Amino acid sequence: MTAPDVKFYQVGSRAVGNRLLPLDQRSEQADPQRHNALTSGHRACQGCGEALAARYVLDTAYTEAKGRLVSVNATGCLEVFSTPYPESSWQVPWLHSLFANAASVATGVAAALEARGDTGTRVLAQGGDGGTVDIGLACLSGMFERNDDVLYVCYDNEAYMNTGVQRSGATPPAARTATTEAVGVQPGNPFGTGKDLPRIAMAHEIPYVATATVADLRDLEAKVRTAMSLRGARYLHVLVPCPLGWGSAPSDTIALARLAQRSGLFPVYEARHGELGAVLPLRGRVPVEEYLRPQRRYAHLFRDGSHAATLEALQHLADRNIARYGLGAEETF
Amino acid sequence: MDKPFAITLDPHSSLANHTGTWRSERPVYVDGLAPCTHACPAGEQVQSWLYTAEDGSYEAAWRNLVAVNPFPAIMGRVCYHPCETACNRAQLDTAVGINSVERFLGDEAIDRGWALPAPAVDTGRSVLVIGAGPCGLAAAYHLRRLGHAVEIRDAGAQAGGMMRHGIPTFRLPRDVLDIEIARLLELGITLTLDTRVDSVAAAMRDGGFDAVLLATGAPLSKRAYLPAGQSARVLDALSVLGDAAAGERPQLGRTVVVYGGGNTAMDAARTAKRLGADEAVVVYRRTRERMPADAGEVEDALAEGVQMRWLSTITQVEGTTLTLEKMRLDDDGRPQPTGEYEELSGDAVVLALGQDIDQSLLTSLPGVTVRDGVVEVGPGQMTGAPGVFAGGDVAPAQRSVTAAIGQGRTAAQGIDAWFRSAPPATERDAAEPVPFDKLNTWYYSDAPHAVRPRLDAARRTTDFSEIVGGLDADTALYEARRCLSCGNCFGCDNCYGVCPDNAVLKIVGAHGAVDPSAYGYAIDLDYCKGCGLCVSECPAGAIVMIPEQT
Repeated sequence: MTAPDVKFYQVGSRAVGNRLLPLDQRSEQADPQRHNALTSGHRACQGCGEALAARYVLDTAYTEAKGRLVSVNATGCLEVFSTPYPESSWQVPWLHSLFANAASVATGVAAALEARGDTGTRVLAQGGDGGTVDIGLACLSGMFERNDDVLYVCYDNEAYMNTGVQRSGATPPAARTATTEAVGVQPGNPFGTGKDLPRIAMAHEIPYVATATVADLRDLEAKVRTAMSLRGARYLHVLVPCPLGWGSAPSDTIALARLAQRSGLFPVYEARHGELGAVLPLRGRVPVEEYLRPQRRYAHLFRDGSHAATLEALQHLADRNIARYGLGAEETF
Repeated sequence: MDKPFAITLDPHSSLANHTGTWRSERPVYVDGLAPCTHACPAGEQVQSWLYTAEDGSYEAAWRNLVAVNPFPAIMGRVCYHPCETACNRAQLDTAVGINSVERFLGDEAIDRGWALPAPAVDTGRSVLVIGAGPCGLAAAYHLRRLGHAVEIRDAGAQAGGMMRHGIPTFRLPRDVLDIEIARLLELGITLTLDTRVDSVAAAMRDGGFDAVLLATGAPLSKRAYLPAGQSARVLDALSVLGDAAAGERPQLGRTVVVYGGGNTAMDAARTAKRLGADEAVVVYRRTRERMPADAGEVEDALAEGVQMRWLSTITQVEGTTLTLEKMRLDDDGRPQPTGEYEELSGDAVVLALGQDIDQSLLTSLPGVTVRDGVVEVGPGQMTGAPGVFAGGDVAPAQRSVTAAIGQGRTAAQGIDAWFRSAPPATERDAAEPVPFDKLNTWYYSDAPHAVRPRLDAARRTTDFSEIVGGLDADTALYEARRCLSCGNCFGCDNCYGVCPDNAVLKIVGAHGAVDPSAYGYAIDLDYCKGCGLCVSECPAGAIVMIPEQT
């Protein structure tokens, strides 16, 4: 029986699908025949945010490219857990060369396709925050500058998780890693360091830059679709919690990504040619403490009462994001 | 073996790597007990019929409903809806308007002439039901559906019991009552009116009945000792309500004082306003919070201009002057006299102090015992006398139409079990209802309660027309879709979407499928690593983790 046209649904558009929603209003991930670009049997940890986000992104990109998609992978967790010799979890053409050069390899693939006159096949490069923010930054910056026709996706879990949780340029202040231990006067990663890569990408004035989290599937899919509808260099930065490196419960991966967004610590927005566009307003703002407390990498902040100033400084970062990107307006229905 | 340098193995898919071996816990789909279903005195599967209604399958939803309760249109008007009090959505915005959806389904059934399910094959057993109130009618319905022959006898001229004589017409129009009773009798139930049963044993012997259900209610108004002068007009609420329901207009005067704090008191005060009283004052010895009346009824009465004197007792009535004594609550919440008095004028005093059962019928029944003013019953509503059952207000009960209907069903099941020499089914599910914190409410959109249109409070006190309107089809659908589906899958695809290992399968006919051709979900234990993301992100709390066997 077809339901009459009533606008409201139990779960609005937040859930993956809904039996009452028309097919075109469900997410790509609700499709029983979805592609599963990253298939089962991969060796990612329980509750891996990166594995989940990679499937979300690649499935949508695959559909948008009508199945003609080439992916290039930097070294990192994603590469290691998906392709231990001689297995592969990928159900799309997939290349891996080095840690630093994913953007350059993708540039080469795009150039080769162009030389062959193939304008239908699309190129997507992907890597973790280490391969993107630190090791591959020069290649990526070059790809941006040349405006090569590549969508580069960074899955940001905020440290080098695969090699044992070392600090990266994307590690947030006060977080404990193996190289920024929770000792001393300012335990954890020092304030005032690190790189905000989405803003660096914006500074290149490329056609499209967007941030997203693994908690908001609809937003993430929409951004992949937008990016795939454009040509030139595009950059998508996805926050993917890591139960291993963050010291969080595997079942909390999505909840933590949601709290990162709702606290303002991870602003979700998009930008075109360097100009800030739509932002995802906070639906039910939470204090940063609610996001930090469940993570063992911040446990030292709550062990005794001496870190109130650090918490305040982290709250200040969230407040600054909210002001900078205009995240304050409540989403209304 | 033509392989490149240093390559010795053929490439293959990671599907060969069964990561399910990592798992120490596994997710399992459950059908939890929703708080509304848990709270329903009639035993309705509330969450289940709301779910059925959500895609517009109103007839299927109605059939789900009448499998338990044959009176949805009556319920949707008179029930005090404990389901809504229990509803988890109240903690999010406001409770789902379950009662209004029930009424919509009931009215839809009347409009479209849907028939109740046909009875089973005759069993050859017959049951005498004494009393044609909600309990007796509901019991007869369920007994008849099970294939037993049923005769209902009632001393009155019409069936319905307190639904007819106690509930004011502005809450329950009598045409609705008549239609739902007639529909039930069509199943082949014999109704004998104007017949008082004086001896149960004789009636059973003469009629050849195998069992009897006492559903005679609590028709006797409790009296309080009130020193009252000759000229004082002191009436009881049941007779005022009965007269008004029968279309008479008992003369109560300009100021009517109602003594008591239950639902009958609210009905009496609201009826008095409609009978022309300028003022209706409820006098109750405790506070508003401690009134036994339903909070919604109190609110309605106040909105209609009924006044309340809490913490007061009537100590004397002299002509049109009442003496009230102020009370205070002691530490145990009991009212204690303060010795302070005040006066109140009233042309009539209506007593609504509760009702007692009529014990005259019971004296001829050995084994039937009365305790705290009601007939003692065991499991399946059987009294101390074999084959003699009791339900509704005559037995220990909440004394509402809904509770009486629930007891009628329990008694029918008890009688049926007794016929089969089986133990009576344990009526209430022992499971705990799904608490609010088991839901992931992030996924639910904010949506307010679709309030049923109400007659303007000022207008409605002038006549006895129905005060609460029904929902239209779109609004009813909206209301049904506000259901959070606590503890039960509603097909949102979240588990299927959020699994990092693609270990939740969306396949036809699996768990959560509306019908065998629809999609449901299953866990692929070959790959499930046991991370629990599906459990965390299930909006309805319909998946749980259980430890693997070690």
